[in-house]
Amino acid sequence: MISQKINKEVSKQDNTAKYQQHYLTDMERQFIDHEVSLVPHKSAAVIEALKIVQRQRGWISDESVSAIAAYLQMSPAEVDSVATFYNLIFRKPVGRHVILVCDSISCYVMKYGEIYKALQEKLHIQFGETTSDQCFTLLPNACLGCCDHAPALMIDNDLYKDLTVEMLESILKQYT
Amino acid sequence: MERPLTQYIHPGCPPFDLREYQMTGGYAALQKALGSMTPKEVQQLVKDSGLKGRGGAGFSTGVKWGVVPMDDHAPHPKYLIANADEMEPGTFKDRLLLEGNPHQLIEGMILSAYAIQAEVSFIFLRWAYKKAAQLLRKSIHEAYVAGFLGKNILGSGFNLEMHLHTGVGRYMCGEETALLNALEGRRATPRAKPPYPQLSGLYGKPTIVNNVETLCNIPHIVNNGVDWFKGLSNSEDSGTKLYGVSGKVNKPGCWELPMGVTIRELIEEYAGGMKNGYQLKGVLPGGASTDFLTTEHLDVKMDFTDVAKAGSRLGTGTMVVMDDATCPVGFVHNLQHFFAQESCGLCTPCREGLPWVEKMLLSLEQGSGTEQDMELLEMHTHMLGPGNTFCALAPGAMEPLQSALKYFKDDFEKHISLHRCPYTA
Ligand SMILES: Cc1cc2nc3c(=O)[nH]c(=O)nc-3n(C[C@H](O)[C@H](O)[C@H](O)COP(=O)(O)O)c2cc1C
Ligand code: SF4
Ligand code: FES
Repeated sequence: MISQKINKEVSKQDNTAKYQQHYLTDMERQFIDHEVSLVPHKSAAVIEALKIVQRQRGWISDESVSAIAAYLQMSPAEVDSVATFYNLIFRKPVGRHVILVCDSISCYVMKYGEIYKALQEKLHIQFGETTSDQCFTLLPNACLGCCDHAPALMIDNDLYKDLTVEMLESILKQYT
Repeated sequence: MERPLTQYIHPGCPPFDLREYQMTGGYAALQKALGSMTPKEVQQLVKDSGLKGRGGAGFSTGVKWGVVPMDDHAPHPKYLIANADEMEPGTFKDRLLLEGNPHQLIEGMILSAYAIQAEVSFIFLRWAYKKAAQLLRKSIHEAYVAGFLGKNILGSGFNLEMHLHTGVGRYMCGEETALLNALEGRRATPRAKPPYPQLSGLYGKPTIVNNVETLCNIPHIVNNGVDWFKGLSNSEDSGTKLYGVSGKVNKPGCWELPMGVTIRELIEEYAGGMKNGYQLKGVLPGGASTDFLTTEHLDVKMDFTDVAKAGSRLGTGTMVVMDDATCPVGFVHNLQHFFAQESCGLCTPCREGLPWVEKMLLSLEQGSGTEQDMELLEMHTHMLGPGNTFCALAPGAMEPLQSALKYFKDDFEKHISLHRCPYTA
């Protein structure tokens, strides 16, 4: 029994070593190394590492969690506890573009609900879902910091404000 | 009327680069302080100026700095952090300063770091401020090249590194001790106080966290002095303040004005009054976690003292206006949804209580609530109030709820008696 368990542990370690060697790309490792060089201990760079891997791969898979953990000498559970805490680390695949609709108070007063309804109709998805062509994922998001131009949404790095339902068509067209 | 923080900010135009900033007096305060003032003198000046933190709590900046150990044996490196997480719903003032004049923030940070003899500084920027991130990166680089950052700044022997850190989204990152955990690569849960960050902050070293607007005031105080700074204000609290108004007003926006303008002036003069067909019903004076004020409070001065006397808080100074066509129950439900979602889950009253509050408000809003829900909501405002939770998130969440139950009781009652929302036809 015990030896079986030990064997299992060993094979887990092998796996970990393998992840470390092959999973992260050279570029990812280079970026992570740079972040590690700025902080007193490796684990302090974990959020940056998650951001780096997500930038390359779109989301953070279980394999990414394990690889980052091995690389930063943390346990996968520790890395996952951080990954699942932050709103913009995606632990599920997302579409090529992520639409973040502000659902906070000023946008509520300025009727973001109508914008959401129109998006639902146009894209045939609800909050938390991805279109079947993998183009868009639709997510609610807290205040985008442009409440004087409510309602607002962001697609990837682009902010759209003073939204009306009529504007959505031409906004969405820019993303393929 | 002087607008020191925003006089060179023209929304829509690119901000000053280093040369333009210097041509309009930029980095003169840094030359002055490093050339002729001791760190203690800068601290004293800021204390005497009466500057209070613009991040929400309104604590004296000079007094806060004064707690940092300054003797030769003080632990080091010490850290200075600009809190640019701005995520309080309804708040959009720091964005203006970050996008409009990044060098002003950088100069304020170098001066503040000098005052506490910090060697490393961070800007903790919220992820959504993509344009600000780009501008700050460029400006920090310019400041390094010009010798305002790095080793032996302006030949004074003072060294300072500056890094930009962008978050990955979570309201709690703005709470100063949770921010430290986030910077250390952990979950953004708050830390117990004491020890205060001034003694044991980032990586256990003395740390000051200040709001962006607070820091942007520092160069102007160093340049112009205490009397000038006090003279900017219409009230007991010194300086100007960035005020904002959002909601159904004609000209929502953000303006730098003398501290102490009234709510009426802000809404009627600066925001151009209510949109046609809408009446004012209530305001959250300083963001989502402040108590409602109503039409009877229009002449309250927007400063720390007066708003507190009226039963609310100045908070971030960015006001959300609720009109008479917006359902107060739905409005508060929206706020509690935010707080329940952003609760970090560390302490039980907040983790368990806020989702209950949200559920009760939803059923009230939909017309299936009861009188008993009202009592339970009332009870929660005490159980999640100050002293019962680990940090200020839950008590902050209770502020708009308790005041809504007070001022808009009729609206809640109507939902119960009509079994539907009276605001939807
Ligand atoms: C839940 C929560 C969120 C906060 N978010 C912010 C924020 O986004 N920006 C900010 O400057 N202060 C925020 N604060 C206040 C900070 O904890 C801290 O008081 C402030 O940054 C200190 O700066 P000041 O003294 O210059 O005001 C928040 C507080 C709490 C409890
Ligand atoms: S009050 Fe809420 S946010 Fe603050 S520590 Fe407790 S659970 Fe976390
Ligand atoms: S509430 Fe939507 S941008 Fe602030």
